[in-house]
Formats: sequence, C-alpha cells, structure tokens
Amino acid sequence: MKAFWAVVLRDIKLATRIGGDALTVVLFYIMVGAIMPFAIGPDKVLLMKLGPAIIWISALLSLLLALDRLFRTDHEDGSLIAMRQAHLPLEMIVLAKLIAHWLTNAAPLIIATPLLAILLNLDASQTIKVIFTLLIGTPALVCFGAIGAAVTVTIKRGGLIAPILILPLSIPTLIFGVSALSTGAIETASSSALLFLAGFTLLALVFTPFATALALKMGAE
Amino acid sequence: MSKNASIEPTPQDLGFFSRIAHPGYFLQWSKYWLTPLTIITVVLLAFGTYLAFFNSPADYQQGDTVRIMYVHVPNAWLSQFCYAVMVVASVGSLVWRHPLADVSAKAAAPLGATFTAVALATGALWGAPTWGTFWEWDGRMTSTLVMLFIYLGIIALWRTFEDQARAGRIIAVITLVGAINIPIIKFSVEWWNTLHQPASVFRPDGPTMPMSILLPLFVMFFGFSFLFLLLHFISMRAEILRRRVRALERRNAQRLREQQS
Amino acid sequence: MIDISQHFEFILGSYLVTCALVGALVILVNRDYHVQEKRLADLEAKGLRRRSEENKK
Repeated sequence: MKAFWAVVLRDIKLATRIGGDALTVVLFYIMVGAIMPFAIGPDKVLLMKLGPAIIWISALLSLLLALDRLFRTDHEDGSLIAMRQAHLPLEMIVLAKLIAHWLTNAAPLIIATPLLAILLNLDASQTIKVIFTLLIGTPALVCFGAIGAAVTVTIKRGGLIAPILILPLSIPTLIFGVSALSTGAIETASSSALLFLAGFTLLALVFTPFATALALKMGAE
Repeated sequence: MSKNASIEPTPQDLGFFSRIAHPGYFLQWSKYWLTPLTIITVVLLAFGTYLAFFNSPADYQQGDTVRIMYVHVPNAWLSQFCYAVMVVASVGSLVWRHPLADVSAKAAAPLGATFTAVALATGALWGAPTWGTFWEWDGRMTSTLVMLFIYLGIIALWRTFEDQARAGRIIAVITLVGAINIPIIKFSVEWWNTLHQPASVFRPDGPTMPMSILLPLFVMFFGFSFLFLLLHFISMRAEILRRRVRALERRNAQRLREQQS
Repeated sequence: MIDISQHFEFILGSYLVTCALVGALVILVNRDYHVQEKRLADLEAKGLRRRSEENKK
C-alpha cells in the first residue's frame, strides 16, 4: 500500500513541479466554456439552458487534451518498464496513476466550475448540481482516457487517434451526466440518470485498470 | 521477437483446428472456397433483388418503401455481426496469440464499417418517406452511427501502427473494451431518446410479416452474409500476403546492407 | 414488374447506394489482394524466399 501511495505522490509531484502543467488544463476549460457564448450569442436565458451541456463538453474536451500526458512521458523515459518490474501489480500502478491524474487534472476543473457557471448565468443550485455530477462523472472520463492513452502510447505520431477512440466510449457518461441536470418535464428522470452515471463510473473504475494494464503490457512486448 | 514470430510449425504436427488456422495452410484451403462462395453470393443477391422488386407485394402500411428493408436489414445485421467476429478474433489473439486471429480482426473492420455505412444510408432513405426526415435521433440510428465511429476509430488505429503483430494485440484490447461498452452505449442512447421524444417513430419489426415479404428478406440476408464471408476470406488472404511481402522486403533490405558492408 | 409509383426514387436510391458502397468495397478488397499477390511474386522472382521455405531445402 505504501508503494501505491508513493506512485500517487510521485505523479502529483511531477504534474505540479513545473507549475503550469495542471493549470493549462483549467485555462483551456475556462476558455472553451467562455468561447461558446460568442457562437451562441449573449442570450442569458438560452445560455442558462445550455450551460450544463457547455460545461460538460468543455470538461470532456479538456480531459481529452490532458490524457496524452498520462503514460507518454513514462513511456519515453523508461519509467514504464521499471513499473512493470515492480512488486506492485501493474493494475495497481495504473489505478494510482489514475487517481493522481484525476487529482491534478479533473479536480482543478471542478474547482474552477463556479467561475464558468457565473459566465454562463447558472444559479447557485444549478452550479452545485453541475459540480456534483462532474464529481461523479469525471472519473469515468479519466478511465476511458487512460485506456485510449495506453493503447496509443507506443505510437509516435498518434496525436489525434486517442480522442477518436475515446469519444464514442464517452457518450454514456455525457448522456447521463447532462440528463442528471435536466429540469422541467423530464426532471423525474434526472435522479435515475444520476444513479446510472454513478453505476457507470463504478463499472469503469473496476475494469479500466485491467484493460489499461493489459494494453500497456501488449504494447511493451 | 520478430524472429520467433516467423518460425512456423509445419501444418502436419498440429491438431485439426490449429491446422486450418495456420496462415500458410489457410492460404491453401481458402483458395478452393473462393469460386463456390462467389457463385453462391451472386446467385443469392441476384435472386433476392429479383424477388424484392418483381415478386413481392407492397406492405399494406408502408407501401413500396418496404422494399428498402431487403437491403437495410441484412446490412444492419452484418454491422453487428462483423463486430462479433472481431471480438472472437480479439480473444483469439489475446489468449492464444494466434497470428490468423489478428489477420481476421483486421480484415473484418473495413467490412463492418462499410456494412454499417450502408445500413445508415438505407435507413436514412427509408426514413425520408416514412418519417418525413432523413435523419432522426432515434435510438437505433444513433447507436448505429456510434458503431460506425467505433469501426472508423479501429481502422484508423490499425493504420497508425508500424508493427502489425503488436498492433493486433493492442487493438484486441480496445476491441474488447468496445464490446463491453457497445451494449451500454445502446442502452444509454435509447434511454436518452425516450427521454427527449416520446416513442412515436415507426418500428420496422412488426410482429407478423407475410411469407411473401419474409422470403426476399431471407434470401438477401443470406446473400449479404455470404458476401461478408467471401470478402473476409479475400481480405484475410490479402493481409497474409501483405505480411509476407513486408517480411521479404525486410530481408531484401538486410541483404543489400550486408552486400554494401 | 409491379408498378412502383410511390416513393420510387427513395427505393431506387437505397439500392443504388448499397450497390455503390458494397461495389466499392468489393473492388478495393480485390484490388488489394491482387496488388499483394503481384508484389509477392515480384519479390520471389528476385530470389528472395521466406525463412521457413529456405529451411526445407
């Protein structure tokens, strides 16, 4: 267990050491969210209606952008080979890296969400709900991102290929995440959407470490 | 690693299944299947098309547009069946590391993508007169579209790897991840669809279809299934040959280098 | 032939689209096969053999 937390701490240190790394993702997130009104128009009612969807799409895109860092540097400097030789199973190392990645990439997004919510004219209760669904849903997004990152880590010029693989797999998360926020006639469905979202995230958390570790092993041979 | 991969046991030492799945032996026996399969496919598709246009009645509800079903349904079925083939092949390449399993998975992906595209296009052309729109965000059409995205992603992934043996095993992992996800995606899309619009769209699977409509459907169904089998065989053969060409090109380059030094 | 007056363009269109897409697939798959066959024949004409075939000699 000590080794597990050591990997988590190592990855957090690496992400925060240079300083700008985790912050770039937040900046991208805010910018994508803030650029939407320029396309939609400054209609406050419309923005309030679309707000949760815009926030979710921005979070999805930001996490896609960040996932390439998950294994790439470890693959390039050889740490990944060392990790495969470690006493800790590769599945656990992957889980540790997932936790660290979530803490350094997804958590800052969630913290920055109120700022975006103000720009998009969401009220306080909506903002809290968005944050809540993001808390539940982003682990699933990070999980699928990890699978995509592991599959493409050995490809030198594979910049766009991982998002192409991951986006279709992110559809259920997006559907349940945004549906959990819906109001009006379909409000009754929002609680079941939340449960689906939570179940989906749990499922993703269970099988992702195995799939990711398998992909890494297959890539290293 | 690449050295070991090219040393193949001779077909005679192996059991029945390993023997028919040995790449070299596969090239031999599949050769004799190509002509019969071509004949069966052409006859079935020609007969099916004849039945569809000249020897089947118009449906009492949808009129003549039911004739689109004869191409739409077989392709929709194949769009799922191809993925099932890829899943079985992926298990084969992960568990048994079988080179023919990689070849089979790779050959099935473009076929699946094409059949899915045909299913979508004919679905849209069917939707235009019956629903009044080419595209409806209906559960089935939407999940078929997602299916097409998954196929295209996998094809794109095959094209980015240099080392095809490694690609085979890595893509097997993502194919299996996709297999777990496809039912969830289907469920979520259908759920999302019922949430946003009450089920008013027309469903083509009526409980009773008269024999005169079922017969052309069956003929076309088998016609397209045999077409898949035939094309799968040819693509697999092409892929085996491509790997041999690569191996020989490598040897050629090696030999030239040795001559220079 | 039965008189198909109703939505004839959509029915014909769907069959034509199927023909075009599946036909393109058939042509591409066959062309790929023949290209590989030819490349292999060319390389073997240069005297290159696979390792497993050399061992048999």
